Amino acid sequence: MARKLLVIADLRNGRVRNVTHEALAAARRLAGGGEVAAALVGDGVAGQAEGLGAHGADKVYVVEGAELAQYTPDAYSAVVERLIRSADPDVVFFAHSAVGRDLAPKLAARFGAGQVSDVVDVADDGGELVFTRPIYAGKAFTRVKIPEGKVFATIRPNNLPAGEPDSGHTAVVETVPVPLSGEALRTVVKDVVQKATSGVDLTEAKIIVSGGRGVKSAEGFKPLYELAEVLGAAVGASRAACDAGYCDYSMQIGQTGKVVTPDLYIACGISGAIQHLAGMSNSKVIVAINKDPEAPIFKVANYGIVGDLFEVVPMLTEELKKVLAE
Amino acid sequence: MNIIVCMKQTFDTEERIVLENGKIKEDGVKFVINPYDEYAVEEAIRLKEQHGGQVTVITLGPTRAEEALRTALAMGADEGVIIDDPALFGDEYTASRVLAKAIEKHPYDIILCGNQAVDDGSGQVAVRVAELLGIPHIGTVTKLEVADGKVTAHRDAEGDVEIVEGRPPILVTAQQGLNEPRYPSLIGIRKANKKPLTRYTAAELGLDAGTASAKSEILETFLPKPKAGGRILQGDLAAQVKELVQALRTEEKVL
Repeated sequence: MARKLLVIADLRNGRVRNVTHEALAAARRLAGGGEVAAALVGDGVAGQAEGLGAHGADKVYVVEGAELAQYTPDAYSAVVERLIRSADPDVVFFAHSAVGRDLAPKLAARFGAGQVSDVVDVADDGGELVFTRPIYAGKAFTRVKIPEGKVFATIRPNNLPAGEPDSGHTAVVETVPVPLSGEALRTVVKDVVQKATSGVDLTEAKIIVSGGRGVKSAEGFKPLYELAEVLGAAVGASRAACDAGYCDYSMQIGQTGKVVTPDLYIACGISGAIQHLAGMSNSKVIVAINKDPEAPIFKVANYGIVGDLFEVVPMLTEELKKVLAE
Repeated sequence: MNIIVCMKQTFDTEERIVLENGKIKEDGVKFVINPYDEYAVEEAIRLKEQHGGQVTVITLGPTRAEEALRTALAMGADEGVIIDDPALFGDEYTASRVLAKAIEKHPYDIILCGNQAVDDGSGQVAVRVAELLGIPHIGTVTKLEVADGKVTAHRDAEGDVEIVEGRPPILVTAQQGLNEPRYPSLIGIRKANKKPLTRYTAAELGLDAGTASAKSEILETFLPKPKAGGRILQGDLAAQVKELVQALRTEEKVL
């Protein structure tokens, strides 16, 4: 069955994030000969259109304007609403990201439509789209469909295959005017403070180095950051570490906090409380480093090292430096 | 200031999930206020303490959710509303329609909600409610200030912080880090039982099962494959570290 899909590109620092390529590949697979369109919304983002074409978009709508430099629900929903009304897609994909999570339900409500959030898989089951998504932060999963109307979905990074870009596949680029004026915005972003984290976003990181109560202090995260730097990894934390004030809550991984599914998760000094395991046990490979051989984290770890993280982590950093330099 | 908090009763995050006949088993489970909603309740009470006013907590869910409302009342909320009519249980579309109808029966300047629930985790309902009420929202907030008719919020955007301004009436969703919820005091618990609790039926909200029926349909609920539990490396630490790096490169191919 041919269907029309629209993918709202997710941008970070003006660049399309990989999750958008994953959504485009899924859209391509599900289109059944129908059109896959993508939307680029922002300021100075037109240059990203080519990449969206190579990743499977037949058409790219570019909506640019100074008032779109920062995400605000009012401006972005007005723009995307207009795109949806004119392109009339059957399915709209967003990233399950800071923007997508905020924008998708606003539009779903405006269109009186159903939405599936945090999708980790999607299949065409005899003409119907069936989505798989985690519940209880990954302690369980459901398969969900939306029998009628437009389908809105947010796609979890790192779960659907992105596919290789094909420079031979180009998209028709259509520039769309911005349908709003400044006064219409009911919330305004006054400032953006970049936090001094490693710069790799936790939810999209391929590798995560994570610390728990065992890091003992804010200073104790230092060897973890050094390991993360060698690996190009993001740094996360358990609730115990956040509650103890060793790190910011934005780093927390677990049922409260972020749910992550990287290729490699290195848990340092994390015992493995159920609420933490929920947030990370669907990672592809888990390494646990902990002094306590009875720590529950070892039950979900593919590889375990029983030892003091302050001894093991620097050794691991040195070994990786050596091996990765080869 | 009139503040409304939407909240949900959820499993405690330390609970394991067990399936029985394809459904999640609830017997013997400890229920709590959804942790994100608990931040919302706490913030509402702090705003009231600062500015005066009234805090109304609203929940949609089975009758057991009344217990969560009583906890919020014991923390310091003034009035509870429960909608426990099973005809109004559905998906996020349903919940937002029902909550919006219930909210419309009460005056409000600020609506506070958790940014998501730790059970379904879809993070849709609060934003949908704002849209249905025709008011703006600020999502995943870690700091909130209300002064001179202006709302200033710190929004968590993937580790960055956006400083966002808006004006009431407005809906704000709570993110972890917003505050540390208080425990109800003994006096609070005693008072909670005397505070008013209103129950709305579908008819009272002008809804019937048809008008707000779910858009999504759950076909199956399943548990992830259990992890086999892996290899605990042996030998001296240096050898273990070498073996680990080797395995991650050649066997797992993640480096």
